[in-house]
Amino acid sequence: MSSNWMSEIAPAGAEIFLACAAMALLMLGVFRGNQSTRLISWLSVAALAIAYVFLLSAPDNGSVVLAGMFRTDMFAHFMKGLILMGSGLAIVMSLNYIRDHGMERFEYPILIVLATMGMLMMVSANDLLSLYVGLEMQSLPLYVIAAFKRDSLRSSEAGLKYFVLGALSSGMLLYGCSMIYGFAGTTNFDALAEALSSGRIEVGIGLIIGIVFLTAGLAFKVSAVPFHMWTPDVYEGSPTPVTAFFAVAPKIAAMALFMRALLGPFPELAQEWQQIIVFVSIASMVLGAFAAIGQTNIKRLMAYSSIGHVGYALVGLAAGTEEGVRGVLIYMAIYLAMTAGTFAVILCMRRKEGMVEDIGELAGLSRSHPALGVVMALFMFSLAGVPPLAGFFGKLYVFMAAINAGLYLLAVIGVVASVVGAFYYLRIVKIMFFDEPAEPFAKPFGPAMGVIMTGTGLFTLLFFVFPSPLTEGARVAAAALLQ
Amino acid sequence: MVDVPLLSLVTFIPLVGALIILMIRDKDAAVVARNARWVALNVTVVTFVVSLFIWINFDPSKADFQFEERVPWISDTITYHMGVDGISVLFIILTTFLMPLCILASWEAITVRVKEYMIAFLVLETLMIGVFCALDLFLFYLFFEGGLIPMFLIIGVWGGVRRVYSAFKFFLYTLLGSVLMLLAMLAMYFQAGTADIPTIMATTFDGDVQKWLWLAFFASFAVKMPMWPVHTWLPDAHVEAPTAGSVILAGVLLKMGGYGFLRFSLPMFPEASEYFAPMVFALSVIAVIYTSLVALMQEDMKKLIAYSSVAHMGFVTIGIFALNDQGIEGSIIQMLSHGVVSAALFLVVGVVYDRMHSREIARYGGLVHRMPKYAFFFMVFMLASVGLPGTSGFVGEFLVLVGAYEANTWVAFLAATGVVLGAAYMLWLYRRVIFGELTKDDLKDILDLRPREVLVFTPLALVVMWMGVYPSSFLDVMHVSVENLIAQHEKAMAAVQVLELAAK
Repeated sequence: MSSNWMSEIAPAGAEIFLACAAMALLMLGVFRGNQSTRLISWLSVAALAIAYVFLLSAPDNGSVVLAGMFRTDMFAHFMKGLILMGSGLAIVMSLNYIRDHGMERFEYPILIVLATMGMLMMVSANDLLSLYVGLEMQSLPLYVIAAFKRDSLRSSEAGLKYFVLGALSSGMLLYGCSMIYGFAGTTNFDALAEALSSGRIEVGIGLIIGIVFLTAGLAFKVSAVPFHMWTPDVYEGSPTPVTAFFAVAPKIAAMALFMRALLGPFPELAQEWQQIIVFVSIASMVLGAFAAIGQTNIKRLMAYSSIGHVGYALVGLAAGTEEGVRGVLIYMAIYLAMTAGTFAVILCMRRKEGMVEDIGELAGLSRSHPALGVVMALFMFSLAGVPPLAGFFGKLYVFMAAINAGLYLLAVIGVVASVVGAFYYLRIVKIMFFDEPAEPFAKPFGPAMGVIMTGTGLFTLLFFVFPSPLTEGARVAAAALLQ
Repeated sequence: MVDVPLLSLVTFIPLVGALIILMIRDKDAAVVARNARWVALNVTVVTFVVSLFIWINFDPSKADFQFEERVPWISDTITYHMGVDGISVLFIILTTFLMPLCILASWEAITVRVKEYMIAFLVLETLMIGVFCALDLFLFYLFFEGGLIPMFLIIGVWGGVRRVYSAFKFFLYTLLGSVLMLLAMLAMYFQAGTADIPTIMATTFDGDVQKWLWLAFFASFAVKMPMWPVHTWLPDAHVEAPTAGSVILAGVLLKMGGYGFLRFSLPMFPEASEYFAPMVFALSVIAVIYTSLVALMQEDMKKLIAYSSVAHMGFVTIGIFALNDQGIEGSIIQMLSHGVVSAALFLVVGVVYDRMHSREIARYGGLVHRMPKYAFFFMVFMLASVGLPGTSGFVGEFLVLVGAYEANTWVAFLAATGVVLGAAYMLWLYRRVIFGELTKDDLKDILDLRPREVLVFTPLALVVMWMGVYPSSFLDVMHVSVENLIAQHEKAMAAVQVLELAAK
């Protein structure tokens, strides 16, 4: 009996551990007060690392547990690994910021841990209900930390905006779920897939509308056009390390959920949802490329950049093949490194009087801080997708899948948009390398930042030398999703 | 000899040099700059010497790829595959030959951020050599596109007044052409099941597919070449780039377009190449005549040479798409010759620019009185650019015209008018800069060539003469490969005809 019980929860070990760890850290925080924030931050990072160990020891054979709600497979492992890494990086990057900006409250890292737990749930969702529960568990802490800088008007505004629009999207998603349940009679992914493939349920307009609403809700979470409006405001208003966190972990989780929710239960209806994804993908790539051109605030610019990148990742999903999923996985992994690195640089944009966010402040960075300038240039060229940097390979794999799936128009629009997008990344390189230096930034940046920038920078630069570990891992993970 | 991975060695020695320069640290900026210069010079000379071994050991009697290296890279079908044949080997030599001269030409002209400058050039050299060695589609693309980054920085950081505009134009133009090529490469990869270039050369693509793929590759190579009407980035980039940057642009980067046509378009899409040849002829003839006329009216020396480059590249594309022995060999010689001559001409302009900080033709006049050595070298390269017999320019243009005559008389006739116009603008330029009375006061104490500058020009002048007097040493290397290319092309066309007859 007990071994049976163990095998039911062992696959969810990482999530359960994170929940317990968050409670324990909360207790610690309550008793020791805000001066223990730094300690709790590091303990949170440790908790994420231990969760990763739990993850590695969990079965990866596609077992479904907890009444069919929860699935662990190689796909989940791959994505959860990325999410844990992204959250860990976000906590480390915020250490100095929260100290310097009066945000040193112990809830901060704990909220990130709780959100991370929600994300892990999302990735493993095997039922529309666990999908929704995971999504909400992720979202609620995010709303709070967006507004974590309590005395800043912009931060509060960002939190409120995020909350209102997030609630709206959750509503749409839930509405879609109820439609699907109403017309298919089940919320379980496996049951849905089985029913659709055996033709037991009719593919009617109701089910399609349900899928459309579900997709709309998910598109909102990955901030794909036309559900992207919240992104620039929330990115700009939130404290910078929070923006860094938003740009990485939740995006990866939402993308994983997107793939799960469409390819798990509805592979039979690929014809139907593919059109939506193609449209959303094209719109995101094009809007991301054009709207970023006029931005002068680096965080806003990164918001539009992330919209564009979601568009590229969705190219892989639009292909709907194993190759496409592999492309998305590789894309998200590389996106994680590039974005985390870029935000580490942005967090170094600090003067005596405080943080600066205007891209003009980067002027002459290559001379005032040569290493910082080179690293940032690497990330910009990589985000633009110029070989031999990592970002190029991300694009290569998704376009490879699109070409193989016969989506030629999508691919052509995508690469042309990437040329437009290259313009604004180059503009940042131009400001850093060609313009006269502005006043240098305040030092020190801290050893943690140095390590993060070096690590992500080297990954971006040298990925092409030995790409097989990532591409091979992604291939296995993609195969697991589509088995 | 077989065991030494010669091609990888030549490709990556400059990169190692760049890493060494990166390590240079000293409190005194002047020391750093001096060390960076010397390291860069030594590394490029070593690279050149090693690359000569490729030429010496190259067996010109074989049409196959030689010095092949193959290591698994991204997957079993996308590998690190290097190799050269008679078409590519000389371009490698051209690159390694020009690089030390570029470093020497930048010796005193570059005074700020010397360390970064030398690193950018060495990285660029690695990427350029890689383009000519790569025998895998994606490896080729990696080198081909990667070169944009250092060149963007070279133009943008060390360039002239409008450097930012030019750098962006250069980067975005080239990128737009190349991304379409990338999609075509992906499509080919799935059709052929491999990214291996020799294998794909032996693959036949369906007629209509060929046309689309050809157009996608054309988009990239036509911009790089550059062909009219997508040439407008070139005058801007040339004018604003530092002298050595212009040398590399004109000497090597433009050749990648022509090399691409020879390596991809012709052997992989024979039917489409034949189909689109008239279009290429039309664009090339317009380029030859129109840009020559534009060159006549330039007031900026660098711009004039830039437009003359577009005209010369027009000859190259005519030769390539004449699809016969003389045409293709002529176009390769023309590319090599242009690589040396236009590089030399940019250096010639660089000499007076370093002294007077002006490229305006009207600022000069009567230089022969103060600078006889300079006038001599300028004359040699000017005449080579015109295509005087005995210089390299003649051999290329002559062979191209012979080839073009076989393919299409009108094309040959119209292209020949370009030769006349070329003589007009170059001689007129020479007349205005060198001859006449020395009337400008500030030119009266201008200094003649320094020994370092003579050292730069002498090898270039010798090569120009060598190619003009005894072109066989170059033609022999490429002959078998070119013949093979033509034979394959004719075989493919014959097969198409058989199919068409069978369909009837």
